[in-house]
Amino acid sequence: MAIELKIRVNEKSWSVDAAPETPLLYVLINDLSLKGPRFGCGLAQCGSCSVLVNGVETRSCITPVSAVAGKSVTTLEGLPEWYAAQKKLAKSPALHPVQQAMIDEQALQCGYCFNGMIVKASELLSKNAKPTDAQIRSAMNGHLCRCGTYPRIIAAVKRASQAMTGGVQ
Amino acid sequence: MKSRRDFLKSGGALVVGFSLRGVISAQDHSGAVAGPPDAKQIDTWLAIHSDNTATVYIGFAELGQGNSTALLQVAAEELDLDMSQIKTVRLDTNITPNQGGTYSSASIQRGGPQVRTAAAEARAALLKMAAPKLNAPVEQLNVNKGIVAVNGSPNSRVSYGELIGDKQFHLAFAGTVPVKSPAEYKLVGKSVPRKDMPAKVAGEYVYMQHMRVEGMLHGRVVRPRGQGAYGDGAKILTLDESSIRDIPGARVLRKGDFLGVVAPKEWDAVRAAQKLKATWDIKPTLPGNQALYQRMRSGEAEDRVVTNRGDVAAALASAAHTVSLNSTCPYQMHACFGPNCALADVKPDSALLMCSTQDVYGTRGGVARVLGLPLNKVRVQYQDGAGTYGHSCYDDVAQAAALLSQLAGAPVRLQFMRWDEHGWDNYGPAHVGEVKAGADASGKIVAYEYQGWHHNWANVETSEQLGLSKQAAEWATGAAQMVSQNCGGMYDIANFRLVNHKIPGLLYLKGAWLRSPLDLSFSFTSEQAIDQLAYELGMDPYEFRQHNIKDPRWLGVLDAAAKAARWTPRKAASDLSKASVVTGRGIGIGTHLASYGGAVAEIEVNKDTGRVVAKHLYGAIDAGQVVNPGNVEAQIGGQLVQAASRMFKEEVKFNTTNVTSLDWASYPILRFDESPEVTAVVVQRLNERSSGAGEEVMAACAAAIGNAFFDATGVRMHEYPMTPARVLAALKYA
Ligand code: FES
Ligand code: FES
Repeated sequence: MAIELKIRVNEKSWSVDAAPETPLLYVLINDLSLKGPRFGCGLAQCGSCSVLVNGVETRSCITPVSAVAGKSVTTLEGLPEWYAAQKKLAKSPALHPVQQAMIDEQALQCGYCFNGMIVKASELLSKNAKPTDAQIRSAMNGHLCRCGTYPRIIAAVKRASQAMTGGVQ
Repeated sequence: MKSRRDFLKSGGALVVGFSLRGVISAQDHSGAVAGPPDAKQIDTWLAIHSDNTATVYIGFAELGQGNSTALLQVAAEELDLDMSQIKTVRLDTNITPNQGGTYSSASIQRGGPQVRTAAAEARAALLKMAAPKLNAPVEQLNVNKGIVAVNGSPNSRVSYGELIGDKQFHLAFAGTVPVKSPAEYKLVGKSVPRKDMPAKVAGEYVYMQHMRVEGMLHGRVVRPRGQGAYGDGAKILTLDESSIRDIPGARVLRKGDFLGVVAPKEWDAVRAAQKLKATWDIKPTLPGNQALYQRMRSGEAEDRVVTNRGDVAAALASAAHTVSLNSTCPYQMHACFGPNCALADVKPDSALLMCSTQDVYGTRGGVARVLGLPLNKVRVQYQDGAGTYGHSCYDDVAQAAALLSQLAGAPVRLQFMRWDEHGWDNYGPAHVGEVKAGADASGKIVAYEYQGWHHNWANVETSEQLGLSKQAAEWATGAAQMVSQNCGGMYDIANFRLVNHKIPGLLYLKGAWLRSPLDLSFSFTSEQAIDQLAYELGMDPYEFRQHNIKDPRWLGVLDAAAKAARWTPRKAASDLSKASVVTGRGIGIGTHLASYGGAVAEIEVNKDTGRVVAKHLYGAIDAGQVVNPGNVEAQIGGQLVQAASRMFKEEVKFNTTNVTSLDWASYPILRFDESPEVTAVVVQRLNERSSGAGEEVMAACAAAIGNAFFDATGVRMHEYPMTPARVLAALKYA
């Protein structure tokens, strides 16, 4: 039965009318009109639907909306603010450094997988500011790209890491 | 009825319906005149607005390859605008010209010249308008960013916007105004960043999958999990509509054997589709993976000699060195990362359809057929989705959404589930290839023969087949066939023969073109045979190819790939190691119809586990004049990674009744951990006609990988994907 649920997404509170077992993804897309997380497989296999739940990358396609009650959900749209809060910046940047690095590397092709790519890379860099090539590959390994953009994503994550740790290109 | 120009006047109000909550305002079914608009009018191709910007109408889909940026570059170049002053609109059968589908990497090849000439004619017309205003002859005018000025008196000027702003040219497209020469280019040949990326990384970009309209229902199709033989379709035996009675608002919709559900909430539609009890008449008519190649090779086939030059048999008989090489190549799938999606609003007398088709006019025909409406009552709009790489399920999903909307009497948004997309794709067909080749003692190839077996593309989509009981059919001729470009045609060979064996495809899987269609199979087979000849002769495989190629453009990409990889001559497999993990390098050339591709692969083979990984792939393309080299480099990188995925991982699995590759676990693709480094080289030829660059390096890459395996192990792989089990078996029996 549909009930009213309160969830916190991108630092805003929402109350949604959904059956508690509804996957979070459908609520984010249809009730909150968000465009970051998107359906890819519905099976936790591809990373298309990834969001951060309390800073941890989570597959929203298999996470019941009721499971995030009382937690903080961040989507692609909310990453700049999330980054500003983490870094205690006075003002949030227009883009998270990972987002900017993806543009700088011209990493996207169709770009459909980049929601998951950016969310996952942002999570990685929040835990490990200077990952090695092998660490990037292993952290990102659960995210698929059918267009074959992996090499440029790896380069972009390195670039973002440098930007975030004050290094120069 | 509003005309297309009424939309233009309202400042490009064509771009609507984007907001999730929004309505497809103005975009009602008769929102403009049914197209295609008259290609002989300049106004069909572009419009200049009062704010001194331009809109170019491009008949090609943006498939994630940045072609719209490149075509805008071409238009901006001729108009002397800068990139910030120019935009395009999405494809719409009522708005954009019919330039044919976005196939065979055709956007730049076919679209470039049309857009270029139209822009040049518009500029000439604008200069003619400016001349009396500025009291100067046309010859003394110059243009910079859409401002026309008199040479030497920069204050005497007028902008394009002031000259024509949002009014029509009313000018026939003559195609006679001279275009700029490459020496004059300011924008063409420059790497302009793609315009779509900022919105895409910010989560603001609107993909097809985001489109919503007021009052719509969510739909899902219900089919057996995984298709059976194409000719069999799928027949419903029993259906229990009460099985979804407890799902709020869910409805079962059926037409013939086409079955689907709709519900106001998406999750309800998803679970209704999963819960609905239906049984299907499943026939064990497929060969299954086990018997596939044997059936293909031994069954009936329509044989056709594609090319026959000289006397191959005699030349082979007298050749100093001969090789023969057979291969078997699997079905592979498009496997769009975001399953195909369509939104249909079908009224009794008209229909509006949005989907990610590569060909809005082609899709319009199919949708009109299933709905029983005349063509001019159906409007199809393209909306960018996830990459499609050829004829994936976009026509099927469009027809299915149209049927659901017609049956429901409401707009329906349909997105395929992962198992629909994987299980009911139009797969890239399997192939069996046999090559014989011979060389004389000096290393000159004297004879070559390639015989290939495969079926053709499907001509009837699943929704139409099921819903209207339409008999499955394949393309009659053309399309899936041997082409010399990838089957030895790049070499200078006197005795040459290609034979195409078209097998009837109705008892196989539904097939269609998959990025670089059949080319990976052709070149994996052909280029390994060529490589083997070099080996028999004791020659370096790069030098052997140089020795046998006359065409400077083939030589150009071969050299470019070799140079990028710092190739040093040595005979293949001349450095075999006893270690468990060995490395190898290989070279290959290939293409898809036009353009020229070359590649070098450096791979690593673990002889204990059978795991093969590409460490570094180098790809070079000659696509004539490359408008946006940065973009093409990105394309090459994607092609190399995707080709590696196809050579190492991808194979559609099926048994005698149905496809069993239904998700990313049962159809694995390459991941980060095995991603190669890539190096892309654009061989720029500004004075040559542009040709495609979206797929032409893949065949070369497949060949290079096959040859690298031989270099590493001394063993030829005759089948791909080169999975650990296959590799271990090949090494064992060698
Ligand atoms: S959609 Fe959630 S992991 Fe694929
Ligand atoms: S960019 Fe297309 S799926 Fe990754």
